[in-house]
Amino acid sequence: MANSTKDPALRAGERLVELDVRTQDVEINMGPQHPATHGVLRVLLRADGEILTGAQSHLGYLHRCAEKIGEKVDWLQYLPYTDRYDYLSAMNNNLAYSLAVEKLLGVEAPERAQFIRVILAELNRIASHLVAVGTYGMDIGAFTPFFYALRERELLLDIFEKICGARLTYSYIRPGGLMNDAPAGWLEQVKAFTELFDKKWGEYWDLLVDSKIFVERTANVGVVSEELALAWGCSGPMLRGSGVDWDLRRDAPHLVYDRLDFEVIVGRGYRGTVGDCFDRNYVRMYEMVQSNRMIRQCLEQIEDGEVQHPDVGLLLRPAPGEAYVGIENPRGELGHYLVSDGSKIARRLRVRGPSFCNLAVAEHLLPGCMLADAAAIIGSVDIVIGETDR
Amino acid sequence: MSAALPPAAAAPQGNGLTELLGGLLPDGLPFWALALTGAVVSFAIIFAFIAVLAMFATWLERKVAGHIQVRYGPMRTGAWHGWAQALADGVKLLIKEDLVLTSADKPLFKLAPMVVLSTALAAFVALPFGPNAIVADLDLGIYFIIAISSITTFGVIMAGWGSNNKWSLYGAMREAAQVASYEIPLGLSLMMPVMYFGSLSLNHAGAMQSGWYGMHWYVFSDAFWIAIPSFALFFTAALAETKRAPFDLPESESELVAGFHTEYSGIRFAFFFMEEYAAMYLMSAVGTALWFGAWNFPGLSLLEGTVLHAPLAVAAFVTKSLLLVFVMMWVRWTVPRIRIDQVMALGYKYLTPLCLLMILLAASWEWVKAIAFGA
Repeated sequence: MANSTKDPALRAGERLVELDVRTQDVEINMGPQHPATHGVLRVLLRADGEILTGAQSHLGYLHRCAEKIGEKVDWLQYLPYTDRYDYLSAMNNNLAYSLAVEKLLGVEAPERAQFIRVILAELNRIASHLVAVGTYGMDIGAFTPFFYALRERELLLDIFEKICGARLTYSYIRPGGLMNDAPAGWLEQVKAFTELFDKKWGEYWDLLVDSKIFVERTANVGVVSEELALAWGCSGPMLRGSGVDWDLRRDAPHLVYDRLDFEVIVGRGYRGTVGDCFDRNYVRMYEMVQSNRMIRQCLEQIEDGEVQHPDVGLLLRPAPGEAYVGIENPRGELGHYLVSDGSKIARRLRVRGPSFCNLAVAEHLLPGCMLADAAAIIGSVDIVIGETDR
Repeated sequence: MSAALPPAAAAPQGNGLTELLGGLLPDGLPFWALALTGAVVSFAIIFAFIAVLAMFATWLERKVAGHIQVRYGPMRTGAWHGWAQALADGVKLLIKEDLVLTSADKPLFKLAPMVVLSTALAAFVALPFGPNAIVADLDLGIYFIIAISSITTFGVIMAGWGSNNKWSLYGAMREAAQVASYEIPLGLSLMMPVMYFGSLSLNHAGAMQSGWYGMHWYVFSDAFWIAIPSFALFFTAALAETKRAPFDLPESESELVAGFHTEYSGIRFAFFFMEEYAAMYLMSAVGTALWFGAWNFPGLSLLEGTVLHAPLAVAAFVTKSLLLVFVMMWVRWTVPRIRIDQVMALGYKYLTPLCLLMILLAASWEWVKAIAFGA
């Protein structure tokens, strides 16, 4: 309301009366206990009615000093702590840490172990993306798809339980190979799952992602441009959703990924702008299909053999040196930077977590959005607080 | 509660409950005594109906949600499919501590659930349950229901403001924004059947659909091509009126924690809960009465004059209404929530113009009929 008492448009004797209404932005705490923040994230929002004018995320409610612990326990003892950063993809975390330690040791896991590792990593990617897409539905008000997603995730957890005995924190992939070989019938169970999943995938697509309201809520919302995504070090579906064709499974080949035929799914603005919330979910949805494809190829190529490198035992003493290995976790690049001084305990252990970097962008997306979009945007980043806080 | 005042005021006209009581009570009673008895009896009947309905609907919602979500819902409480779950919950809510925040605006906070529930109760007086089974057969029944149920909004806004919680305030604000966008199409969408029946009384509308052995429903009438799209418009607006998904913005769980009723517990929360189910039933019953033949079903007219006629008619009406309630639940557990600007765009840009177009069509059709058949 501009003060225009001397408006030339007014005729003689007319006066523009203006009320002196002062308004103030509302400051609201979204979290640490809020249904849409997926854990104990706290976002301090500033809003003018329904429109957000500012956002600041406060982290650290789940900080457990994982990296410091890594400098106090020996190399193998640290493995269970990796399960607990991104508890939705513990297999991938185990794998990331194991590969880094193996690089320090200068060894490589046997081929059968590598195939089983890829199978597990991709199965866990499916499980993680199922939760991501399912909870994203809940964030924007659709409860049912979550249960459909969890139905298939249960089968995956059964598969994991059969191979290692745990359903969430596996500690199964370890430096040098695997804890044990796959039990009899396990590969058949995985094969049955891949066939089932192809049929079930369409249900999430039809029920949630392709529904009119979902598209209305996500298309053109929370657009991360290519520059923004690269500048903030985003990775995973967050980066690929913005149209950047970058996937460590293809671009930094490890394990047997170079022997598998798969596509890297990239956001192209399928229902709106490149890099909107829909694209990120589109990438997650189709990555599940690609993971399923990779698992099937692994099942065809896998042969019998050892699953643990003979020189890698329980007590490890890598030669002095340093190593960094980053792999493609469901949420992006999970990297471990390890420094060894030749002892049984790491000199320095540093983790580069994808959720942490991806979340940083959210602050830049929220201002100017509606309050309801806050849930949609934070959900589409797909954070796991266990990993942002570590 | 002042819920039952309208029937007393409306007592002299129509053939409602008060008339019936007038026949039962001894002659020579003053009017105020008759009116008071009518008010108390009708309140008791409606409150009992809503309480039972809310319990049944809670159980139904859980079962519907459960089966849609590939699970069973409650199975343990009570012997058969967890039928006693709602009863147990009701008892729990009754004996729970009634928390009132020290920072709350206490009068508003305490008044809000009463306003919300009493308006829902009051709307039921103009709602028929069967032929002439109506508390007050108002000539302006539909108008009364729409007017009274709009007052619920004030209760919601009072709750949101009185809670002194920012999330609650957001819920209240959204309700205020939402009410302006869907009340208009809701009212307009009811005009098509009103024009067809030439009456604002639901009882009358029900009676007019009793032809063809009970199949002369509005959706099967000569104006079916108006009836079907107008019902779609009405149902969409009714979902918004009852704050059900995809229009559950005032309480949107994943955004506003629980919206306007975040700070309520115990019996006050139960009041909001009962209101939600009462409003769902009310809207479904209005839809049934106007579009789906009210209490009429094939063969009902053959039973005219027998003892079975009234109970079956009531059963048919309640069943049909509950079927629409089921559809509301079905929608809720299927679709995501839309955003507030989208609700308003839907109300103003699409529903209202479409309703106006349908009114034009309906009016033209009545005019054409009048000219062609001299009806």
